[in-house]
Amino acid sequence: MLKLIKYVVYDILRNRILLGYTLLLLTVSLSLFNLEDDAAKATLSLTNLILIIIPLVSIIFSTIHFYNSYEFIELLVAQPLNRRTILLSQYFGVSISLFTAFFVGIGIPVLLYNASSTGLILLLSGMLLTQIFVSIAFWASVVTRDKAKGIGLSLMIWFYFSLIYDGLILFFLFSFNDFPLEKPILALTCLNPVDLGRILILLKMDISALMGFTGALYKDFFGSAFGLIFSIVVMSIWIIIPMLFAIRIFNRKNL
Amino acid sequence: MIQIESLNKSFNKLHVVKNISVCFNKGEVVSVIGPNGSGKTTLMKCLLGMVIPDNGTILFDNKNILHDWNYRNDIGYMPQIGRYPDNMKIGQLFEMMKDIRSNKDDLDEELMDAFKLQSMFDKPMRTLSGGTRQKVSAALAFLFNPKVLVLDEPTAGLDPIASEILKEKILKEKKKEKLILITSHIMSEVDDIADKVMYIFEGNIKFFNAVSEIKKLANEEKLGKAIAQLMSQTTHA
Repeated sequence: MLKLIKYVVYDILRNRILLGYTLLLLTVSLSLFNLEDDAAKATLSLTNLILIIIPLVSIIFSTIHFYNSYEFIELLVAQPLNRRTILLSQYFGVSISLFTAFFVGIGIPVLLYNASSTGLILLLSGMLLTQIFVSIAFWASVVTRDKAKGIGLSLMIWFYFSLIYDGLILFFLFSFNDFPLEKPILALTCLNPVDLGRILILLKMDISALMGFTGALYKDFFGSAFGLIFSIVVMSIWIIIPMLFAIRIFNRKNL
Repeated sequence: MIQIESLNKSFNKLHVVKNISVCFNKGEVVSVIGPNGSGKTTLMKCLLGMVIPDNGTILFDNKNILHDWNYRNDIGYMPQIGRYPDNMKIGQLFEMMKDIRSNKDDLDEELMDAFKLQSMFDKPMRTLSGGTRQKVSAALAFLFNPKVLVLDEPTAGLDPIASEILKEKILKEKKKEKLILITSHIMSEVDDIADKVMYIFEGNIKFFNAVSEIKKLANEEKLGKAIAQLMSQTTHA
């Protein structure tokens, strides 16, 4: 598997998109930290950006990479290799590349300017989100053979989690505001990894006003420490489940 | 060596392989022929585990190949359309394949030399012509000295000299007691190299006979004519 990961990473490094992504993140984080005197405020602005950019780039990059590697995968499937190994090596190759970009672009500036526990949680949340959206992208890519459909599906998923989901929650709140909604809302939050990532960071920042309804509830219900662990666990499930589905489908896929 | 039992495969509503049962032994060159879209390539891909059959079993050396992959160490596959990573250079491709396959000591670089691929090791795969791609595919299929060779339309797109080289190589490998499966549309070529012919029509095996037998049955000297005659008989019947 390590050999294969090496070839995947090598292939990704050869196109410049990843470099562009790294530079984008680096520019954003450096300018935020330099423009803002208060590092905590800068971290907050960075959080909002990360929650939009990271899922989008992770899911689209992984999907396009998967379809571009279709020939490579076809070639490998006829070789004495386990299909799971082939898919996982693609998966880890993409993850490693995106992690590197994230670490250089966001990690180093955060560690330099705001190496507090909040900064570290921000990095953790970003890494979890990267991994989650790579997993979801792989699932979306093995489902359909058509590249345009696959990318479309990935974009839809991103739209859903980043924009539509919040709207649905609001709608749900207004429709049923005569009922006690705390527990259903908590359960619904677990269904959106982006929301979890946001809460994870905000729990540590302790700015209740910015936490929104779900965040405030979360804090109320779990308290900071347990809420932290709980959201990390749920996010890990978000990494594992789509990937398990992806492997299952890939094992039976006709190439 | 390879035993296929009541194999079925459908793509959505299209039933491509219909209940095929067949047995291939080592030392044979079997030519699989049939009209376009009759299920030849699908059958080959089932054998390689690239396409997962709906039901039925394929035994390779008496072991079921479903969800197994070790058996592919013994197969060299040359696809109909060789698709390779665009950014990779020929040399890197060969290096990578050697890296992946375990049998490294017993390399057969004859075709690589015959096609003079070494001189093109620096060319990226995306710049190659169809014929050169075919040469790369062929060289890769033979490189690891496998017990079974699966060649899907091997000479399509090759120039006459290259296809002659390939045919010689196939005959040479046959003498080493290997099983060679070839799909082809060129009857003269089949006549030259194959021992047996398997004719597939709409997912069914119409006949599977030795070349000499087919000629005798149809009372024809040339395989092409003999098969045409048998085909018209089977379709009218």
